Amino acid sequence: MIRNFEYLRADTIKDTLNLLEEHKEDCKIICGGQSLLILMRQGLVAPKNLIDIKRLKELNYINFDKKGGLRIGTTTTHREIEKSSLIKDHYPVLVDMEKNLASVQTRNWGTIGGNLAHGDPAGDPGPVLISLNGAVKIANKERERNIPLEEFFVDYFETVLEEAELLLEVQVPVIPPRTAVAYEKFNIIKNDQGIVSVAVSITTDDDGVRCKEARIVLGAAASTPVRAKGAEQMLIGKKPDARILDKISDKASEEADPVDDIHATEEYRRRLVKALTKKLVKKAWEQARKSP
Amino acid sequence: MEKQLVRIKVNSEYYELYIKPKKLLVEVLRDELGLTGTKRGCNTGACCACTVLLDGIAVKSCSVLAVQADGSEITTVEGLADRANLAPLQRSFLDHGAYQCGFCTSGMLMSATALLSEKLSPTKEDIRESIHGNLCRCTGYNSIIRAIAAVAEGKYKEQK
Repeated sequence: MIRNFEYLRADTIKDTLNLLEEHKEDCKIICGGQSLLILMRQGLVAPKNLIDIKRLKELNYINFDKKGGLRIGTTTTHREIEKSSLIKDHYPVLVDMEKNLASVQTRNWGTIGGNLAHGDPAGDPGPVLISLNGAVKIANKERERNIPLEEFFVDYFETVLEEAELLLEVQVPVIPPRTAVAYEKFNIIKNDQGIVSVAVSITTDDDGVRCKEARIVLGAAASTPVRAKGAEQMLIGKKPDARILDKISDKASEEADPVDDIHATEEYRRRLVKALTKKLVKKAWEQARKSP
Repeated sequence: MEKQLVRIKVNSEYYELYIKPKKLLVEVLRDELGLTGTKRGCNTGACCACTVLLDGIAVKSCSVLAVQADGSEITTVEGLADRANLAPLQRSFLDHGAYQCGFCTSGMLMSATALLSEKLSPTKEDIRESIHGNLCRCTGYNSIIRAIAAVAEGKYKEQK
C-alpha cells in the first residue's frame, strides 16, 4: 500500500531545483516511476513529498555532434533511446541494450535518468555507459557538476546524488577509431534483469594487432557496476588469444564481489562473469579490428 | 494529503476527478470509473495485464500514478469496439481461440493495438516483442500471436 504524500509537479528545471531545495530529505523525484513505485508500494520508500518531473520537457532530448559526442536529457524514455536514429548510427550498443531492457511498456514510460538514479547494480545502462566512458551532469540550486559514471554509483541503490540534487544529463564521448563495445547479460527469461552482465570496450593499436585500451565493466556482480581493472591491465598491449582470454576472464571473476541471492549463488555468478568476459572481450576485439 | 484535480479523456469520454495523488491509474480506471476491463494482475509491474494506451503508447496502469496521466488520453479495452462491432483484433482473438481464462486478454489486446498503430506490417518478431511483457499463465501464446498476425496480414480489414 502506497503511503500518502504531497504531490508537486515541476515543469522546469528551475522549479524542480527550488522544490528540491525547499524539501531536501523530505522529498523524492518521480519521473517514469517504474522502479520507485515498486519500492513505494512495498513501503520501502515513503516520501513526504513527491516531485513529478515527467513533463519536464527541458530534459527530454537526444543530441549528438562529432566533437562533443552524445547528450541525453534525463527525462528521455528508454523507448526514445531505442528508437533514436542518432544513437543507432553512433552507439548501436545502446540500442541493443535498450531492446533487451524490460518490457515495451516499461521502456515506454521509464526514463534513463530514473534508471541511473535508482542505483540498482543489476541495471543495464550503468555498465554499458561506464564502458563507453560516460558521465553525468548533476545540479542543485547553486551549482552544476559533472562526474564520470564510474564514480556515480556508491552502493546498492545508492549514488553520489546529494540532497537537493537533480540528475540533468547523460554524456557519452565519441567512440574513438578502432574501438568496439559489446554488452550482454545472462538471464533465464529474455529481457529480465541480468543475473550477471558484462560490458566491454576495446580499442586496438593502429595496426589492429594489439589491444591499446580496454574497459571491462561488470553488472550485478557487486554492490555497484564495477570495472575489472586488473583484467583490463592484463589485456593492454596484448592480443587476446585463447591463453590471454583465459587469464583475463579468471581475473575478472576474482575481481567481482557478487552476492548469493534467490537468482544465483556467489559461485555461479563468478562463473558467469568468467564466461561472459571471455565471450565479450573476444567479440569486442573482433569488431574493433574491423572498425575504421 | 490534498486531493488533486485530474482531467483525463478515457475512451472518448472526458472526466474531471478529484483523487488522492497516491492512486494508481489502474485503481482510478477500475474503482472510480468502473472500467473493470483493465485487469490488475501482479500489481508490481511484472505481468502487463493492466496495459492501457496513454496518448497512444502502451503503459502499465499499475505503474503510473493517475495524477501523472492528467491531460492525457487513455484507451482501455472498453474503447476498442465501436458500439456493438468488435475491433478487428477482438474478432481475430475470438476466431483464433486466443485465450483460455481470459485474464491477460485485455492487456494482450492493448499491447497489440499499440503495435499495429505503430507498424502497419509487423514481423512475427515484432509481434512477439510487443507482447513480450504480457504474461499468459495458461501459456496460450501461439494462438495469441496467430491472432495478431492475422490482423497484421489484413485478414480483418474493414469488415463490419
